[in-house]
Amino acid sequence: MRRNGPLALIFHTIFVIVMVAPILVVCLVAFTPEGFLSLPTNGFSLRWFRAIANYPEFIHAFWVSLGLGALSSFVALLFAVPAALAIARYRFRGRDALAALFLSPLMIPHVVLGIAFLRFFTSAGLSGSFAALIIAHVIIVFPFALRLTLAAATGMDLSVEMAAVSLGAGGWTLFRRVTLPLILPGVISGWALAFIQSFDDLTMTVFLAAPGTETLPVRMFLYIQDNIDPLVTSVSACVIAITMTALILLDRFYGLDRVLAGKGDTGR
Amino acid sequence: MSAAAEERNARAPWALTAPALMLFVGVLLIPLAMTVMLSFHDWGQYKGIEPVFILKNWREIATDPYYAEMFWRTFRVAILTTVLTAVLGAPEAYILNRMSGRWKSIFLLVILGPLLISVVARTLGWALLFGGNNGLVNKLLMSAGLIRSPIPFMFTETGMVVALAHVMMPFMVLSVWAALQRLDPQIENAALSLGAGPITIIRRIIMPQIMPGVLSGAIIVFSLSASAFATPAIIGGRRLKVAATLAYDEFLNTLNWPLGAAVATLLLVALVLIVVGSNALIERRYAEVFR
Repeated sequence: MRRNGPLALIFHTIFVIVMVAPILVVCLVAFTPEGFLSLPTNGFSLRWFRAIANYPEFIHAFWVSLGLGALSSFVALLFAVPAALAIARYRFRGRDALAALFLSPLMIPHVVLGIAFLRFFTSAGLSGSFAALIIAHVIIVFPFALRLTLAAATGMDLSVEMAAVSLGAGGWTLFRRVTLPLILPGVISGWALAFIQSFDDLTMTVFLAAPGTETLPVRMFLYIQDNIDPLVTSVSACVIAITMTALILLDRFYGLDRVLAGKGDTGR
Repeated sequence: MSAAAEERNARAPWALTAPALMLFVGVLLIPLAMTVMLSFHDWGQYKGIEPVFILKNWREIATDPYYAEMFWRTFRVAILTTVLTAVLGAPEAYILNRMSGRWKSIFLLVILGPLLISVVARTLGWALLFGGNNGLVNKLLMSAGLIRSPIPFMFTETGMVVALAHVMMPFMVLSVWAALQRLDPQIENAALSLGAGPITIIRRIIMPQIMPGVLSGAIIVFSLSASAFATPAIIGGRRLKVAATLAYDEFLNTLNWPLGAAVATLLLVALVLIVVGSNALIERRYAEVFR
């Protein structure tokens, strides 16, 4: 294969700079010693990170986001793992339709989902509650949990299971001791990707969150609507740091291109 | 296999998918159906929502030019964003694919990574870069001699398109990247040995083969841009409304839920039609490549 020419490398350099610039500028402004938005030209300061402590709304929102992401991704897996095993192993009528239904939250705009859930939970008397947020997030992270579990279940060596069955294992023991350990990398990556999706969602959550159940992106969005100051950049810098850590772990354990390309979509 | 075992085998997939299926019917399909129904209900400032069946909201959207302008803006921004990501993302994916292993994985992480970083944080970054007439972007463009006077980015469609293109770029690169993985590098060498120049190779060999990737990336970018919320809300401000921000306003500020539901339903139907339609077109056109 031919190498990249100088023109291609110049294009590539500019491209990468533009991709990184907005993220970098947020992180840099977060360290400003000034009281207004500016790049830290006279040294770095942590004052805006310390200032977060004076805004309990942000800290509370962070815990809401963390709990919501962890819990909804876990619940989504409880539903997704059996469904993935069924779709990966059996050829049955309605299989493709089921897979399409389970992946459909990827296709439906989040603003429509937000409206649908707001309407639904209001008539169910759950509007603004943490339970409503969990249920809604389970739906939106479900495709991610399903996809990675499905990829693991499709690539699994069935002879190991057969060996276990021939030795007398069955039902729950078979799942817990043989199947689950074999698909665990996919399940854990599915959980991580689902967590990131839940942790970052704004568009749907902004419809459902009430004071007290506001997630971090919602709190940040409402704050930015009023004014942009260095405080929100330091909060963003923290969010970026958390996501980057999760990202690097995901890349190490699973390979980022595999996670994002979603190979083995419906097992086809 | 005994009859009992066979019967168990036929039931097993349904038993395994039943919980997820019930979840999806109960908390996805029913709420969506309720939203469509809501769009036919009546609403008044003092009486609130009245569960009757009328076409008032749909008639308002069809006749009031405000909505036509808003939907046109939504799709214009989405189309421009899609074109921008395709024009820049496809060459970048190609360049990326030709890099050596180590650099390839580093830059892939750098370019795809932002996909998972909060959209609010990324858009905030653009708001900072645009910031007024003496923002960083304008200073840079002016000192490079590309523009004479500052371009207004904040609260304009230009700014929306630039920021959205940044948010959506990873999807395009990823999609073209996937198409490039299916490409046989020997074809390029064969063309080279037959005397084709670099431009001919790109135009006659590479382009036709990555086109399905570009188009499927374009569908993803278009549908996500047309329903984007955070970026238009922060960069566009309160005045420049797109479908998602308008629906948000109707639901949480004006409280005219039926009208908001009608806007959302229309957005959903339009997007489903566009996505399904263009998918069918692409699959027919490139049946050879998808085989």
